[in-house]
Amino acid sequence: MATAVTEEVVDYDEALKRYDPVMGLEVHVELNTATKMFCGCATEFGAAPNSQVCPVCLGLPGALPVVNATAVESAIRIGLALNCEIAQWCRFARKNYFYPDMPKNFQTSQYDEPIAFNGHLDVELEDGTTYRVEIERAHMEEDTGKSLHVGGSTGRIHGAEYSLVDYNRAGIPLIEIVTKPLTGAGERAPEVAKAYVGALRELLRALGVSDVKMEQGSLRCDANVSLRPKVGDATSDEQAAVPLGTRTETKNVNSLRSVERAVRYEITRHAAILDKGGKIIQETRHWHEDTGVTTSGREKSDAEDYRYFPEPDLVPVAPTRETVEALRQTLPEPPGERRKRLQSDWGYSDLEMRDVMNAGAVELIQETVAAGATPAAARKWWTGELARRANAEGRSVEDFGVTPAHIAELDGLVRDGRLNDSMARQVLEGVLAGEGTPTEVADARGLELVQDDGALEAAVDKVIEANADVAQKVRDGKVQAAGALIGQVMKEMRGQADAGKAREIILAKLTS
Amino acid sequence: MAHALGSGELSSVEIVQAHLDRIAAVDADVHAYLHVDGEGALAAAREVDSRRASGEELHVLAGVPIAVKDVLATKGLPTTCGSKILEGWVPPYDATVVAKLRAAGMPILGKTNMDEFAMGSSTEHSAYGPTHNPWDLTRIPGGSGGGSAAVVAAYEAPLAIGTDTGGSIRQPASVTGTVGVKPTYGGVSRYGLVALASSLDQAGPCTRTVLDAALLHSVIGGHDPLDSTSINAPVPSVVAAARRADVKGLRVGVIKELGGEGYQNGVRDRFDESVALLQEAGAEVVEVSCPSFDYALAAYYLILPSEASSNLAKFDGMRYGARVLPAGVDDPSAEQVMAATRDAGFGDEVKRRIILGTYALSSGYYDAYYGQAQKVRRLIADDFAAAFEKVDVLVSPTAPTTAFKLGDKLDDPMSMYLQDVATIPANLAGVPGMSLPSGLADEDGLPTGIQILAPATHDDRLYGVGAALERMLLDRWGAPLLTQAPELSAKGA
Repeated sequence: MATAVTEEVVDYDEALKRYDPVMGLEVHVELNTATKMFCGCATEFGAAPNSQVCPVCLGLPGALPVVNATAVESAIRIGLALNCEIAQWCRFARKNYFYPDMPKNFQTSQYDEPIAFNGHLDVELEDGTTYRVEIERAHMEEDTGKSLHVGGSTGRIHGAEYSLVDYNRAGIPLIEIVTKPLTGAGERAPEVAKAYVGALRELLRALGVSDVKMEQGSLRCDANVSLRPKVGDATSDEQAAVPLGTRTETKNVNSLRSVERAVRYEITRHAAILDKGGKIIQETRHWHEDTGVTTSGREKSDAEDYRYFPEPDLVPVAPTRETVEALRQTLPEPPGERRKRLQSDWGYSDLEMRDVMNAGAVELIQETVAAGATPAAARKWWTGELARRANAEGRSVEDFGVTPAHIAELDGLVRDGRLNDSMARQVLEGVLAGEGTPTEVADARGLELVQDDGALEAAVDKVIEANADVAQKVRDGKVQAAGALIGQVMKEMRGQADAGKAREIILAKLTS
Repeated sequence: MAHALGSGELSSVEIVQAHLDRIAAVDADVHAYLHVDGEGALAAAREVDSRRASGEELHVLAGVPIAVKDVLATKGLPTTCGSKILEGWVPPYDATVVAKLRAAGMPILGKTNMDEFAMGSSTEHSAYGPTHNPWDLTRIPGGSGGGSAAVVAAYEAPLAIGTDTGGSIRQPASVTGTVGVKPTYGGVSRYGLVALASSLDQAGPCTRTVLDAALLHSVIGGHDPLDSTSINAPVPSVVAAARRADVKGLRVGVIKELGGEGYQNGVRDRFDESVALLQEAGAEVVEVSCPSFDYALAAYYLILPSEASSNLAKFDGMRYGARVLPAGVDDPSAEQVMAATRDAGFGDEVKRRIILGTYALSSGYYDAYYGQAQKVRRLIADDFAAAFEKVDVLVSPTAPTTAFKLGDKLDDPMSMYLQDVATIPANLAGVPGMSLPSGLADEDGLPTGIQILAPATHDDRLYGVGAALERMLLDRWGAPLLTQAPELSAKGA
């Protein structure tokens, strides 16, 4: 089974000369509610297998679902943030199919009556333009359990000796957000896909409804791609009239970069098939992060019959207009606007702001500034040292136990002249190691700039005397040579000197 | 019995033991129990007795034992739904109804026989063999709750819980000479009731008198946060209505469509007499037409299998219950195990309905079948609404015939389905219904039943009318009907 299927692809730019890509993106979001969609079980990630289950989420005979009101509120807020209409009355439906990790052998989902529909999200692209992603619907459903296939080489069910199922995830609330067909993106289609999922992630994080951790599966993207022949010199309207091609659905792409790569790969693969006069098979495909290709999954040619019908065990969901309007009041400032406002407040360049975004540090910086740090210092710490470490360790900066208050305190110590930069780094090490607050660490480690000007002057004199040749260069006007002397002074004072002050004294002595 | 317990005349242990003795004496013939929990019932009885002795204020039914249809989950007690596919399954939780019985201090004697997954009208579709009618052991006790009706009729339990999806409490009550009530849909929690058809299922009391039913109804009724379809309102005052037992000035509608062709003469005669008695007692009787009822059976046999096909999908031999390996296959796939388990685990009637439901829900047929059936359902609800504009309660015979012989209709599903023709409309519309004995049919001396229907949430009306009629019928027949059952009275009821 593990035979790698390498398929032919064409050059991306070549593909775009002849074909117009159309995408449909389906994003599954696990909500961060404390309890599951239809029962009171906990939803904590990483708990011992099957420790968060009950008759309801195990689908035991007789058990009945009850809708989690908080999940419905989250769904409505997501719908509103995506500029959707909110259904005044909608129902859950049963989607009947067999799947080893689905306890009831049907999934409770929404079918023709989604809670939210007809919305849009404006997505900023790197060239500064905006692409409007039309949203078809956002609906509520429950997640399935998780299978672990043991004994095979691929981790898939084929070849496995046995399978284990963990139902902790079964019943966790999901919102599925489905776009309308995204047309007109042209060669930027992969970028649009990435930017959309990124913008959605940012929005969901701002709403506080999900952990949006793609690597943990709390945000998963299925990317549908199809190509249609490009009409030479066609207007956009004429091109839009060309019927859609057959699509493939690449399942569970789990990073922004992969979304972009997977879409790009599928475009080049489809083009190669179409160029040869072949037909695209409608199927689901798996994305392989390591090799950067997709492989065939389940063929969908004889479309599955899910035998949907209204879930008789649940009463309809009928949010009042008052409830919806009250929830609208809880929406955060749209992330794009907020980003622009903060960038201007903080005086960051576009590049700096992008670093901050990439590090996922907007909230941290905001809190750090609120706690008294300068925006520049806050950015320096969160996107520099801490982001580097997080990357290297594959963790999130939030997980370090360093708080915005810590960073603000550290910045205060630097600005008060108690610590220099390298001492501040040592203090941060101490905080990371759990030795206490920055002040406590500085105290405990005896880190403090020497404030005694007499001691500093003595050290300067000593260094000038010992380095007469360097001192002469400074006297001759080569001011940058002073750096070497400062270094010596620092050494002399075992790092506890204020470098700025040392520089002043050296220059005063040598150039006046 | 409750009175004797309250006054200390009898202990719960004595009552439970008496019923265990009776079960030992007659259940080999009746086969109404699938599982008897003597030790558990006695332990519960001892606890109630000691609480009563210590002066604790207890529920009026505390210490009165009860039998529960095997479709309700009972923690620590097997629950099979009359199916091989659940053989040996012991639920880790109690259905809300069962939890309420336990909380009221009612010892649970055991689990009663039923048609497999509540599909049938004769309890002949139980995978564990049929139950026999205590009036005549060669006859059916009705279904699917034949076990629950039979334990009450045979004095193997004073009270029982049944479930009614299309008449499975009322039709067995009718053919065994007992009282059976299907409360308003949502009036009693479905949590822990293994679903046949979620939008139709309703648990309710099986008893010997209307007041018993009211007392039991008040124990098991009420809102349950674990069941989103359960009604969030207090239980109607059924006990007070049963004690009042008054029909003066009440408007009673006789449903024109139920009682014509296909109804046994003896059934119709007893029904007519009951209506006449109500009239004598001061009720105003009018004929009411419910034209859509003619389509009720057809709609029911699309909706029920559709929901059942989905509800039964979980029985795949993977997580609980039976698992059957396919014969002659060395290394079977999950699908093969699933297919073999279902083939061996499900009986013919269940398979028939699963296939029917799968077909009715499949794309391309949904609109023609399931969708159409839902429209009929709406029309039936409209018929009820219109009828209840004119009258307070509706009446009809409960079942078209008295108990037929075991085996008579097994090969003719359609004629079996017709047993529920009068009871089904109430399930489709969610309204409450009661069956109480209206007497014995002249031609065979077997019990017949009258059905009383009321608007949703007005269950108390059933009890008012039922208790009044019961009193008048008692005068007419001279003694409770059940004491006239010939077959078991020989065994010392």
